[in-house]
Order: sequence, then C-alpha cells, then structure tokens
Amino acid sequence: MSALAAHTPTPAPAGGDEFHTRRNGKMAFLLMLPGLLWLGLFFVLPLYQLFEVSLQSRYPGYPGYYYRDLNFHNYAQALTDYAPHFARSFGYAGLATFFAFVLAYPLAYAMAFKAGKWRGLMMICVIAPFFTSFILRTFAWSQILADEGFVVRFLNFFHLLPSEHIINTPVAVIAGLTYNFLPFMVLPIYASLERADARVIEAGGDLYANGFTTFRTVTLPMSMPGVLAGTLLTFIPAAGDFVNMELLGPQRGKMVGNVINDQFLTVPGGYPIAAALSFTLMAAILILVFLYVRRFGTEELV
Amino acid sequence: MAGFRGAQGNLRLENVTKEFTDFLAVDDLSLEVPRGSFFALLGPSGCGKTTTLRMVAGLEQPTTGRVFIGDTDLTGSRPYERPVNTVFQSYALFPHLTIRENVAFGPKRRKQKDALKLADEALELVQMTQFAGRKPAQLSGGQQQRVACARALVNHPEVLLLDEPLGALDLKLRREMQVELKRIQTEVGLTFVHVTHDQEEAMTMADTVAVMNQGRIEQMGPPEVLYDLPKTKFVANFVGQSNMGEGKITGTDGDFLVAEVYGSTVRIRKDRTTVQSGNLVFGVRPEKVKVSRNKPEGIGNDVRGIVKDVSFIGVATSYLLEMPSGTTWSVYEQNLDLDRIDLKPGDEAWMIWDAGHAFGVEIEGEQS
Ligand SMILES: Nc1ncnc2c1ncn2[C@@H]1O[C@H](COP(=O)(O)OP(=O)(O)OP(=O)(O)O)[C@@H](O)[C@H]1O
Ligand SMILES: [Mg+2]
Repeated sequence: MSALAAHTPTPAPAGGDEFHTRRNGKMAFLLMLPGLLWLGLFFVLPLYQLFEVSLQSRYPGYPGYYYRDLNFHNYAQALTDYAPHFARSFGYAGLATFFAFVLAYPLAYAMAFKAGKWRGLMMICVIAPFFTSFILRTFAWSQILADEGFVVRFLNFFHLLPSEHIINTPVAVIAGLTYNFLPFMVLPIYASLERADARVIEAGGDLYANGFTTFRTVTLPMSMPGVLAGTLLTFIPAAGDFVNMELLGPQRGKMVGNVINDQFLTVPGGYPIAAALSFTLMAAILILVFLYVRRFGTEELV
Repeated sequence: MAGFRGAQGNLRLENVTKEFTDFLAVDDLSLEVPRGSFFALLGPSGCGKTTTLRMVAGLEQPTTGRVFIGDTDLTGSRPYERPVNTVFQSYALFPHLTIRENVAFGPKRRKQKDALKLADEALELVQMTQFAGRKPAQLSGGQQQRVACARALVNHPEVLLLDEPLGALDLKLRREMQVELKRIQTEVGLTFVHVTHDQEEAMTMADTVAVMNQGRIEQMGPPEVLYDLPKTKFVANFVGQSNMGEGKITGTDGDFLVAEVYGSTVRIRKDRTTVQSGNLVFGVRPEKVKVSRNKPEGIGNDVRGIVKDVSFIGVATSYLLEMPSGTTWSVYEQNLDLDRIDLKPGDEAWMIWDAGHAFGVEIEGEQS
C-alpha cells in the first residue's frame, strides 16, 4: 500500500475530482438560470407588486387613485365583507374534489388493471378535452345543463328536480368544476396504480385477503400518493376558479375568484381589495394544503 | 370456503397444463408431494417453475388439469381460500407497511389475536428483529427476501411455496437460511415446494427433486438417485456434471450392454440405460473417472484424449481432456496416489472407470 502511495503523484486525482464537482455545480447553475430568471421576472416580481398594492390606500375623492401605504385594513375588510365567498370557494372546491375523486378512482383503476388493449384509447379520452379551450367546454356545459337541455328535461319529466333548474345554481358550478378538473384527478391516480407492482397486490390475495380487503389494505394505500396529488391538483385551482361560476353559476352568491375578478376589472378603486383577497386566498390554500398533506401525506410527498 | 382453507394432505397435481396466449408454459405435468416433505423444483430459467407454483397458489388457473391437497380439489378456488402461502421471487412486500406489519398481514386477515407477537417471532427466526420498524424500501435485497420468508412462514400453511427464496443472499447467509428453513420444515412438518436454479441447494435440502425443462418434468426422485442415474441427457447435464459422448450399441455381455464410444469399447449395465439398442448417449460422472498415461490392461471402459488443462485444487486435481470429437471431458481425481501423475497440457492420456458407474440415455430429440 505505502509503496504504491509513494509512487503515485497523489494530488492529481483529488484535484481532478474537485474540478469535476465545481464544473458540475456551474453546469447546474447554468441550466437553472433561464428558469430562475423567468420565475423572478414573471412570478416573484408581480407577486411583490401585488403585495404592495394590497396595502395601498385610496386618495379620498379620487376614485381609481391610490397611494403607497401599509393599510392592513384592506385585509380586514376583505375578510369581513367576503367571508361567505371564501366559504363558498372552499365548499364548492371541496365538493368538486370529492366528486372528481369518486368518478376518477374507478376510471383510473379500470385503466390500470382492466382495460387491456383499450387502455390507450381510454387515456386519449381522458386527455382529449384539453384539445379544446377551457372556456369553450364550460360554455358547452351551460348548454348541457340549460333548462331546454335533455338533462333537465329528463329529470323534470320524472319530477326529480325540486327547483326545475340546474343552470345558474351552485349544482351547475360544482358540476362544471368537477368536469373541468377531472383529468387532473385521473392522471396521478392512474400513474400510481400503474406503478404498483401486480405481484404485491397478488401477495394480498395469497395472504388470505379477499378482493375487497386486498383493495382496502393494499391497493388503495399504495395509490395514496396519486390520490394526494390528484386532490391537490383539483382542489387548488378549483378554489381559485371564477370561470365556472361566471358561466354556470347564479347571479348572487359568487366565489372569491369572481370577487377578485370584479374588483380588479369593474369596481373603480378595487385594486387594493382585490390584491388583499388574492393574498388571503393564497395563504388560506397554502394552510389548508399544508394541514392536508400533514394529515394524509406519505413520506414520498412531504 | 372453509373447506378449501382446511384442506390437508399430499399436494397433488394431475395433468396440469398452462397455456398462455401463444406459449405452452407448463405441459401436462403430474406430481405428488407427500405431506410434510421437502420438494425441490429445479430447472433452467423460463422452464415454468414459477407458473407451476402460481397454479398451486391459485394466482393462475390451469388451462387443463387439477390441483389437489389431500382429497380437496382446489382447482378454481381463489388464492385467499387456499391454505397455501408463497414467498415471491420478487419478494412482493407491501411498500406502505412496516416490516412488522408486513409479516402480521396474514395472521391479521385470519383474525389471529396475537398477530403482532407472531410476526415478531417470525422475524426473529429470520434474524430481522432489528428492522421490524422499517419500510421495505429501506432494506437490502437479501433482507427483503428474509422478510418475505417470514411473512409466508408465520402462517404455517399446509403448503409453503418458495420461489427462489434465497437467490439474493450471500453464500454464508444462504447456508444459514437453508439450515433454518430445513429445520422449520421438519419441526413444523409443513410441505415445502422450493424452486431453485441451484442444484446444490436442491440436493442438500430436498427429500425429492424434480428436474423441469420446457414445461415438463424430466425426472423426479431422491437427490442421490437423480445424481447417480440420470434418465435424460438434460438431467445428466443439469444435475452435476457429466462426461458424455454419443455411441452405438454393438452387443451384450451378460448384464452389460457393449457400445462403441470415441473408438473405444465400453460397457453399461442394462439397468442403467434407457436405451437398449441403436444409438445412445454414454455418460459417466467426472469423479468416477481416473486418468492414466498408459492404456490400461483389460477390457475396455477407457477412452483416449488430449490433456487440455490440469488444475490442482488441493483436495483434488481436475483435468480437462479433449475427446476425438472435440467435446471436453473432465476428470475430478482425489489425490490418493502416492506419486502424482505428471500430465501436462498436450499430453495424451487414458480415462478409465468402473463399468458400474456408467449410464446411458437417449440422444436428445430421438425420444418420443
Ligand atoms: N402471463 C404470461 N403470459 C405469457 N407468457 C408467460 C406468462 N407468464 C410466464 N410466461 C412464460 O412462461 C414461461 C415460464 O415462465 P416461468 O415464470 O414459470 O419461468 P421460471 O421457470 O419461473 O423461470 P425463472 O427461473 O427465470 O424464474 C416463460 O417462457 C414465460 O415467458
Ligand atoms: Mg420464476
């Protein structure tokens, strides 16, 4: 050993190694740079600006004009005036997430385990809606759920609709949200089921668990990372959505997204309130997601 | 359902065939494993070992044929109804459960109250107690394999199927686990069906070894018998080594057949060959052969070759010799002689054996 060491010029390999890691670090930085610049320019900067706006105050007597301030009253006002809107946002988004899960899980399960050669086709069907615009598809739903549409006519024929309408009710909004975010629920659940080792599921049967018990104790827990991702991908955008409410919902009883939209675009001098609402919404979602992941998260995701 | 779960007795496969869409994986296989015995299924990769086990476990249904335990016909019943557990080739541990929960899974499903205690005992058996709280992903392959063994063993099934359960272990641990498995098997009196590539493992552990090839059982029997008298060329090559050469039967001599092999005359006992006339493959095990520089006196049972390699191993010396046809024979000679035979590569030498050790099998492809 020592003889060998004496003969080799030791610093060379070490120096080479160091050079290598430093080069790698530089490379990583260069690769990340465009993304970081993009993020800084188009996300962090506007976010900061939004935060600043959320603390501005109005010039009395000049609607539409503000001055820089630290007006935390905006937040208090946003919360007190629009608490019901927040509640609706989270309530509707929660329901839509629930329904999307109920619809998506069997679909994803069938795609992963039962579809056989139809799997590709089913996948295309799940993704196909993305080829038309979100707005257009939501408009299509306003037709489907319209009073003259076949759904309402059919239900009314059997006197199953107490109010005789679906369009312009919360039901239509939740239906729209569920529909629009369904693929975001299906795909991660499918991915996690697809990745599950068939032998592991068989092991459940081999160890005395019947079909349902195997599902409950093996398959479902193994797909939890997908369920978690799917519910987040559905709930987060649904809670901030305003298009479904705008196109399918009632005139009164809007969601936070609509208020923000109105405050920004139609109410003169609404900027600070809109900004404060945006920030509150973001914070609320972050907290909810954090609690949710803490409660149900698996190690892989946290 | 309780009927299936309570089945007891010998494991019996009757004319079981499994055909996948375009592939015959198991071909008309029949076997009987006596209750409480250790049965080894030995065969090359892809010969249908796993498929056979899966049909016993109920994870696959035979295309035709039936599977019995004792008098209970298990064909068509579901895996969870059978008193059978499997150690999967790929371990198949539940990734979301800890090691202890993995092992307790079976007992819990059978509503055993002390499931966790049983699990701990089983883990101790495979020396995995200290990892009980970990998840499978945090274990090495060999550790996972031992957990897989514990997870199946803990249930004390009527039949335990082990699909290469020791493949990922190092030699030392492998020997330990072999002893441990064998001990559990004899102590608890379970029927073990043990699949392996490793003929040594099969021979040391099993009461009965079945050699499988292309979905069929080539030969089945106690390890000694299988080694001493292979019935096919495949078995002769797969179980231990064999020196073989094609020959032609020329006559008989009392209890012996006389054949021409590599230009020499050799004798084979009539009850040690599956062919009685025509062409055959002649074989003899390397350790039954001696080398000599000169043609021995007497009648036959020798062939001539060119020495290709000599390696001294200590307890023995191993020679490789090239036969006239180009095939290589090996000789494994214990260093019993006082003066060593001084052979070098390139030398001409004679190989001699006792006629009683020779065997004859059919030339492959000629058998029906
Ligand atoms: N589901 C299947 N569909 C089609 N062919 C299959 C299927 N399962 C197994 N086979 C084929 O059946 C043959 C036997 O497979 P099997 O898994 O039983 O082999 P094995 O003896 O266990 O091999 P190994 O020692 O490599 O595990 C293989 O040729 C395999 O390709
Ligand atoms: Mg196999």
